[in-house]
Amino acid sequence: MSQAETARRASPLWTLGLFRSELLTTFRRWRTLALLGVLAAVPVLVGIAVRIETGDGSAAGGGGGEGPAFISQVTNNGLFLVFTALAATLPFFLPMAVGVVAGDAVAGEANAGTLRYLLVAPAGRSRLLLTKYATVIAFCLVATLVVAVSALAVGALLFPLGDLTTISGTRIGFAEGLARALLIALVVAASLTGVAALGLFVSTLTNSGIAAMATTVGLLITVQILDQIPQLSALHPYFFSHYWLSFADLMREPVYWEDLTKNLGLQALYAAVFGSAAWARFTAKDITA
Amino acid sequence: MGEASATGPDTADPRPDGADPRPGTEGTRRFPADAGPGTVDAGDGVIVTRALTKRYRGGQLAVDGLDLIVPAGSVFGFLGPNGSGKTTTIRMLMGLIEPTSGTAHVLGRPMPRSARAVLPRVGALIEGPALYGFLSGRDNLLRYDAADPTADPRTRRARVAAALDRVGLTAAAGKKAKAYSLGMKQRLGLAAALLRPRRLLVLDEPTNGLDPQGMREIRALVRELASDGTTVFLSSHLLDEIEQVCTHAAVMARGRLVTQGAVTDLAAGARGRLVVTTPDTGDAARVLKEQGVADVVVAEDRVTGEAPERDLAEVNAALVTAGVRVRGFGVERASLEDAFVALTGEGFDVAG
Repeated sequence: MSQAETARRASPLWTLGLFRSELLTTFRRWRTLALLGVLAAVPVLVGIAVRIETGDGSAAGGGGGEGPAFISQVTNNGLFLVFTALAATLPFFLPMAVGVVAGDAVAGEANAGTLRYLLVAPAGRSRLLLTKYATVIAFCLVATLVVAVSALAVGALLFPLGDLTTISGTRIGFAEGLARALLIALVVAASLTGVAALGLFVSTLTNSGIAAMATTVGLLITVQILDQIPQLSALHPYFFSHYWLSFADLMREPVYWEDLTKNLGLQALYAAVFGSAAWARFTAKDITA
Repeated sequence: MGEASATGPDTADPRPDGADPRPGTEGTRRFPADAGPGTVDAGDGVIVTRALTKRYRGGQLAVDGLDLIVPAGSVFGFLGPNGSGKTTTIRMLMGLIEPTSGTAHVLGRPMPRSARAVLPRVGALIEGPALYGFLSGRDNLLRYDAADPTADPRTRRARVAAALDRVGLTAAAGKKAKAYSLGMKQRLGLAAALLRPRRLLVLDEPTNGLDPQGMREIRALVRELASDGTTVFLSSHLLDEIEQVCTHAAVMARGRLVTQGAVTDLAAGARGRLVVTTPDTGDAARVLKEQGVADVVVAEDRVTGEAPERDLAEVNAALVTAGVRVRGFGVERASLEDAFVALTGEGFDVAG
């Protein structure tokens, strides 16, 4: 409070104050809570659908058509609903939610005019961008955990729990199955860091939060479609979504690491390339909003 | 133009119309119009710019070779029509926009390079307040304070409470900011600028959206801060506000600095208007024109015109000789608004 305080140097620990403030601001936004609500509802819908379909004793997915991975196992073990729900939300719901939060990160602040006040505070441009990215990563983790926890709760309520069979056919205990589910959730969260960096870069290009969100989600859909076109197979390994479903390999015995490491490497590449691009853009940008 | 000069003296002159019985005494207070630049000392300038220029990507020259000096301890009014480059200048001073060429020093250090060292000691309200509508007023301030890496988190709540109290928002501190009126948002923006002791306050249109009572409070606050030694850099459209509050002023037009200096010198630079109060307005207007008074305007029992260079006693004598019954005769001191219109060649609120 005294005049001497103005001369005080910034403590490295205090810079974490901005990160905490950013987390609070993001997770108190009604939109963030709505996105998490939608994500929590997906396992509920899948669980109820499987329960109704298998009410007559037939196996899930057996009635024709394919469901998400592991869906046929859900009736035997509720834990499989975690894997099913993550496989169902990873192609679209999860990255869309991340795209909304990442796209809005800088552009939304610019749109509201709050960006200029954060910068004259002075938040520091690199520090603010790093905080924004860390917050989006935190959102990736929270969003994935919301899906996983909701699926675990629904699975425990509607289906039996117990030892489970891996894709390779070996049996593992419930505790180890739970540990693998957590590991899979972490890998899924890490799979979203590439699209998070892409969204943050788009966010530094415009002063409209809506435009940045729409562009990021549009890019996501485009990449998902291109990834399905066989003629473009040469490009597929470079699409951020290409190895997403490799998390299923964690349910093999022994674990098949090749696609998992490719996926994590690709996400790191996206984070490095688009993170640098966002930094170059944001630190040199004239803030006119 | 005509309307501006007709309303100007009313707002600036506290005396009743035409009540000055001493002909010509006010006329001697006129100074040459070029009393502006050079009257402030560059040595202790809180803001010093040299040939500061900003050309936007489209090629538009927003600020053109600006040499601005804001003396320490002054309340500095920054005037100019919309689009004259005021906001671009303020954004360059705050490190938000990179100058195309030229330099800007704030608190003696170059901007935007030293932003992290300079800005914690600067409070700013730029182009109106910007708030998180879903957060309460108090939480908005907590967030802005958290953005400052040199602000002590241990005193954060106390400083936020003090800032809210200073702008009269304590009662509404827990309310969501989206429910605030424009005036309350403006006050919250000011509170954000007052979160810590500042050496410089940059206030862009600080009374915008406030009712007359709120305007008076903010002006009192600005005077109080200035008396504590804080330099206040204030942009405003309200010329009488600048005249009431500011010690110094600068005028911009079309990206260039037209003049800067002490407010009294600037206002004195504009020529005053001769005012004759008489029941015989028709005769008075005719005689004044014969005496070489230009731009004669008759309004009710007042005849006004541009004060001539000659001795005003002779003009008065001519009126009396012609049988005009004179109730009052004098020169009304020019307001800053007159000076502004004379300098920019246009009214304020005009896009440049």
